[in-house]
Formats: sequence, structure tokens, C-alpha cells
Amino acid sequence: MCTMIVTRVGIEGTGKGPQGWFTLREANVSYDHPFEAPFEHALNIDFVNESLGPGARVAVELSVEAARTLVEAINAVLARAEAGGYLEPTASSQGPAGA
Amino acid sequence: MDDTGRYEGMLAETIVLPGHRGELINAYFARPLGPGPFPAVILIHHMPGWDAWYREATRKFAHHGYLALSPNLYFRAGHGSPEDVAAKVRAAGGVPDDQVLGDVAGALSYLKALPLSSGKVGVFGTCSGGRHAFLAACRVPGFAAAVDCWGGRVVMTPAELTPNQPVAPIDYTADLSCPLLGIFGAEDQNPTPAHVARLEEELKRHGKRYEFHMYPDAGHGFFYYDRPNYRQAQAVDGWKKLFAFLAAHLA
Repeated sequence: MCTMIVTRVGIEGTGKGPQGWFTLREANVSYDHPFEAPFEHALNIDFVNESLGPGARVAVELSVEAARTLVEAINAVLARAEAGGYLEPTASSQGPAGA
Repeated sequence: MDDTGRYEGMLAETIVLPGHRGELINAYFARPLGPGPFPAVILIHHMPGWDAWYREATRKFAHHGYLALSPNLYFRAGHGSPEDVAAKVRAAGGVPDDQVLGDVAGALSYLKALPLSSGKVGVFGTCSGGRHAFLAACRVPGFAAAVDCWGGRVVMTPAELTPNQPVAPIDYTADLSCPLLGIFGAEDQNPTPAHVARLEEELKRHGKRYEFHMYPDAGHGFFYYDRPNYRQAQAVDGWKKLFAFLAAHLA
């Protein structure tokens, strides 16, 4: 089925697509039909910059287990970095300019 | 229809036609060569996009003697690889039903106006396109046959309704204006056999003409030869039933 289960979040970072590196603006997370992965449904993440057109996309299609493992791994790495005092403030984490 | 001694030819190309609200969209059009008149079929592509499978299916219908037209429902999302464009539409929660119906109505007008056309037009779709084919057969007047291949979310709970899909297609069953062929897999998660039974119940209640085939050992999208869900025997039989149905209603 087409579940239409999707969440869009604004993000900050860079991604490497077929044309090289580009600035990421959004991540679209869905649980729906994948294009390539051999599952009927997958946890799909599209890292995109919509202002650059549909081709500015870095895509992953994950099994449910892989997606959960990835979430745990990201959180674990961030926790270690935070404990070590390594986390850097970014433009978005510092709030509006002049605040 | 195949005959080794018969001349055959086909023209397949991208065209532009007025869609929803008269906005121009592109479409893939394949047709047999010859003066006609030919019956016609509109192919409504699936969620994964206006892709190679739909190009091939469009030519397949032309091979079987139909003017076959597949409008690009994702035209407004911009251009690029079918996957990239479809991913953008997926992130937006799909295309609005009303916009799809406007594009399909535009495609129908285009076909009916062609001097090659017999005037008999069917509508076909798979996956979200199957859902849209059912919806079009209910809400766009002028079709002589409709084919819904494993269209999910024809039956929708209130929680599943969205601004783009504000009404469950099953709620329009009373308005179905042509015979309906349904091809489904018994192992599909949506539509489940229970969803199909619910739609069948509604079709019976309104006295509609329909023909449903539920294939065992088949899930969602079992015609797609490039996906793990492909089921050879069921797909071959499904295509046979599909073309027999169209021949019966579009001749």
C-alpha cells in the first residue's frame, strides 16, 4: 500500500549526491514503498534541498530493524560526544541572530 | 491478436495536454499506427512515479490495440529522475485527489477528441493509481471501463484522511459509472482481502457491475517484474483477464 506516512524536518548539514556535495535543508522521513530495497515497505530518509530541485537528494531505504539500530547508534554517538564536551553549537542551535 | 503475417507499427512519444484547471502537463502517449478507430485507455501511474514500468505498460496497451495515454501526475513537482520527483511528492503526502481527477479528465478529453478514437475509453491504475482509477470511474464522467489493480486506501478510516485525500474513495461507490475490474493479491497488506470484501459489499449494495480476482500467493504489486513481489503465473493470468475485460467493454 501507499501508507502516506511521512514527516518532514528542517536540518542543517551537507550531503553528497551525484553532482557532489550540497547544502541540506530538509530530511523527509517516510515509511512507505521503497524504490530499490527489496521490501514492500521501508523506512526511507531523503536528505534534500528543495530549493535546488528534485535531484538534490541523498536517499536511504532501511529495514525497520536497520532504522531502529541507526537511531540507537546516532543517539549513542551523540551522548558520548556530549559527555566528552565535544558538541559544537551550530547556527540553528544558537537561536535567531541578536538573541 | 498477434499474427506473424500482419503489419504492425506503433508510435510512442511524450506529449503535452491540458490537465487540472487547464494547466499544461506532459504525458506519455503510445498508439498503434493506422487510421483507427481505436478504443483508448488512460494509465494512472503508481506512487513510485511516472517511471519506466509505466512507459512499458503504456506501450503494452498500444500493442494490444489501444490508444494508451499516461499523464504525468507529478509534473508540477518539477523534473528529474522519476524516483527523485516521486520522493518529493511522497514527502508532500502525495498529490491531491482533486488535482489527479482534473488531470485524468484532461487526458480523457484529449483522447475523445482524437480522430483516431472510437470514443470508448477505459482507465487503469496500479497501487495508488488503482485507487485513483476507481476514484476517476466514480467522479469523472465518460469512462466505459475501469481497472483497479491492488489500489490501497480505497477503504480509509477517518484517521487516514488527509487534506490531499479528504474522502475515502469507497464513499463514492454510488457514483461508479462503468464496469469495474479488480485484481488483488491475497497476501496484500493494503488492500487486505477484508478491504476488498468491504468494497465488494458496497458495489453489490449499489447494484454495480464488477469483476474481482483475488490471487493466492500474491501480495502487493505482483505484476512488477523488477520487484520481489512479482508472481509470474498470477501476473500472466491477471494480464489475460485484464485484456479480456477491456475487449468486452471497450470494443
